Amino acid sequence: MSVKTPSRLEKILDEGHLAVTSECGPPRGSDGEVIAKKAEMIRNYVDAVNITDNQTSVTRLCSLAACIRLKLMGVEPILQMVTRDRNRIALQSDILGAASFDVHNILCLSGDHQQFGDNAQGQNVFDIDSMQLIQTVRLMRDQGKFLGGDPIERPPNMFVGAAANPFADPFEIRVPRLAKKIAAGVEFIQTQCIYNLDKFELWMKQARDRGLHEKVSILAGVTPFKSAGMAKYMKNRVPGMDVPDEVVKRMSGVPKEKQAQEGIDICVESIQRLKEVEGVRGFHVMAIEWEEKVPEIVERGGLYPRPKVNE
Amino acid sequence: MRLRYPGNIRIIRVPCTGKVDTLHILRSFEKGADGVFVVGCLEGDCRFNWGNLRARKRVEESQKILNSIGIEGERVRMFNLSSGEGPRFAEIATEMTEEIRKIGPNPIKKIENKAAA
Amino acid sequence: MIVAERKPVEEIIESIQGSQKILIAGCNECVTVCEAGGKKEVGVLASTLRMHFMKEGEKVEIDEVTLERQCDHEYLEEIRNKIDLYDVVVSLACGVGVQFMAEKYFSTPVLPGVNTSFMGVTEERGVWSERCQGCGECILGKTAGICPISRCAKRLLNGPCGGSTDGKCELSKDLDCAWQLIIDRLKELNRLDDYEKLMPIKDWSTERAGGPRKVIREDVRL
Repeated sequence: MSVKTPSRLEKILDEGHLAVTSECGPPRGSDGEVIAKKAEMIRNYVDAVNITDNQTSVTRLCSLAACIRLKLMGVEPILQMVTRDRNRIALQSDILGAASFDVHNILCLSGDHQQFGDNAQGQNVFDIDSMQLIQTVRLMRDQGKFLGGDPIERPPNMFVGAAANPFADPFEIRVPRLAKKIAAGVEFIQTQCIYNLDKFELWMKQARDRGLHEKVSILAGVTPFKSAGMAKYMKNRVPGMDVPDEVVKRMSGVPKEKQAQEGIDICVESIQRLKEVEGVRGFHVMAIEWEEKVPEIVERGGLYPRPKVNE
Repeated sequence: MRLRYPGNIRIIRVPCTGKVDTLHILRSFEKGADGVFVVGCLEGDCRFNWGNLRARKRVEESQKILNSIGIEGERVRMFNLSSGEGPRFAEIATEMTEEIRKIGPNPIKKIENKAAA
Repeated sequence: MIVAERKPVEEIIESIQGSQKILIAGCNECVTVCEAGGKKEVGVLASTLRMHFMKEGEKVEIDEVTLERQCDHEYLEEIRNKIDLYDVVVSLACGVGVQFMAEKYFSTPVLPGVNTSFMGVTEERGVWSERCQGCGECILGKTAGICPISRCAKRLLNGPCGGSTDGKCELSKDLDCAWQLIIDRLKELNRLDDYEKLMPIKDWSTERAGGPRKVIREDVRL
């Protein structure tokens, strides 16, 4: 693989390092310092930071503005973009807006249904889906064209990512679905939080059997549990999440005040095991509203210090 | 068996309570009935499998409609009896009559009478 | 068929306040099949309204009629002679019928008695579900006969999303995941390889997005 964009994430992957990304959720208000503070906590421990786009359909400060703030701080942002809220005009326009601040990474998603958010009565757009958003960014970048066919002056220069959930149903199409995203043009993948490592390894094996691990950089997603309650909630309430019983049991088996530490231990152990899986090219550490724990996880996971690359 | 039950009840025979429609129940009230009770076979014993179950749902639907216009839904009720339970029928008829008396006359009739007077 | 649901009686009563003579007009087509606006529902609504007005001591006359269709001139013509007798018509047809009646009888208020919901099927007696959103460019041939536009909550052309669990949509355990259905049927048809074909970005101009639509067939015009 050779580097196609100025993305730091792409360079790190290209040089063969295990990449580390994390994510920050923007605030439910206009105080941009909130996002800056979160980014400050983790900036030396990760290569790039995702900014979520109105995750779970709850209205928040926009991903684009938060990404620009990171960029201005010298932190590499990954612009998450969902197709739920904007049609193809707005999506392309926001991609250009991000590109104008040299945001070099984008994560293409369809987005949670608005029923789960604070505006359940709102309309959704879904003019295009996540696969088609991948194609759109690639068209804009590689051919310098809008979807409508017109040329773009100074096309966006973004490393294109997407999510993959190895645990959603039906399992038999999880790898074909990855292949489909690769065919659409995706270059890096951040997976859903991995708790069922056996199932993840099976998915990776099937991906390797098709040589997919060489066509896309797969970052394994990990999220530490803060408590046994969170583990149970993720297991029972979050669609497409696979939390094995023994993990819940392990969390419940320690006293309440020690559960947070246990959650971090599980997360670190997962990273250590996943590092051995062929085709895992890095980690996406999602410490949900718990960013201060990212440094510990990264350090104990043997992923610190982060490599320096020429920019 | 000669059983006594209140004389103010008009019995309308149907082949199966499954034949009773919401509209039949509403029309009875429109024409001035103070209450309607539908007597079907025991649940599970319907010759047509679920005639009596459907009747129950229509009774419930009628209650909802009546409530929506301010007429007491309790004026309609469903009972399930076997054909051998004549005495129970007489009991229900008496009980239903007493309950409807407690609720009072059909409010539609009251107003019509007033208009006539 | 077009599937509709009866409006709450309270809402209808509110909308006809002050009228002395009311026609309840049903339709013998879709709304009869989905039991929202056929002859029977006309009867139930009329009876309910009569009782309401009697109870309130108001003298209001309510008539009933059920037309073969309310989306065709010829059947709507059947009430031309008596339409002027009424202060208001409550149409239990779908939104199409209500509008066509209103277009035809310009000076008579025509009010909707049902909420028109979707184009769908009778899954079983009393259960109707959506199958089509009339996007104007059918892709069923590519999706194993199951429409992701009407049956996937996100209209994903390249689904399923990560929320598909045990064959159900993340929105509700009562809702099938359309993409699970598509995959199951592709398998049945020995076409699972087709799953990996990328569905191109859709042209929505044939859908609502392109403005009100019209079909003209010169060969069948008079």
